[in-house]
Amino acid sequence: MLHTVLIVAMLLIGLALLLNLLALLRGPSLPDRLLALYTMYINSIALLLCYGIYGASQLHFEAALLIAMLGFVSTVAVCKFMLRGDIIE
Amino acid sequence: MSILEWIVAVLVILGALFVLLGSVALVKLPDFYTRLHGPTKATTLGLGSLVLASLLFFNGIQGELSLQQLLIALFLFITAPVTAYMLIKAGIHQQLKATAATSRQELLQQHKPKAQ
Repeated sequence: MLHTVLIVAMLLIGLALLLNLLALLRGPSLPDRLLALYTMYINSIALLLCYGIYGASQLHFEAALLIAMLGFVSTVAVCKFMLRGDIIE
Repeated sequence: MSILEWIVAVLVILGALFVLLGSVALVKLPDFYTRLHGPTKATTLGLGSLVLASLLFFNGIQGELSLQQLLIALFLFITAPVTAYMLIKAGIHQQLKATAATSRQELLQQHKPKAQ
């Protein structure tokens, strides 16, 4: 039962990732695309959490933590670049 | 199937639905300022629900101590508002258009970018 629920949840999150890809390709401006990319980061963390529960292993959570940190740092860096034209002044 | 497994299943489905809702909002809403609401609120709530489900599963059902998920949730709940703030600052800086229904549009006019 829990396995079926987890597979359904992973399908829903996969659909969400496809919608994010659509928004990433469509978004008219650079902040739109960056927002779509950041949402993809968060959704991949959600997918990894579901897969960790599915396989009953905690191996994936460190990867999820790494993805969270990389997503935050890269998004803020690109925002900083858009705001100032430079990342480290 | 125990009561704890039911709780985990409900939390997982709820989390996945909220994550999907955030992405649907990202595709459907009209302009950047409204589009920012989906990923920063709905998706964060969905991820919090998933993390809670994972904590209950590993600590309750599997019976092993596991706190990395808590770290992920803590980090995301701290960084999501910061990212949203930076994104909206970049959007205002680039003078993205808001839809006509948006109130207080004069706030967008006050933030003209400085001449380079």
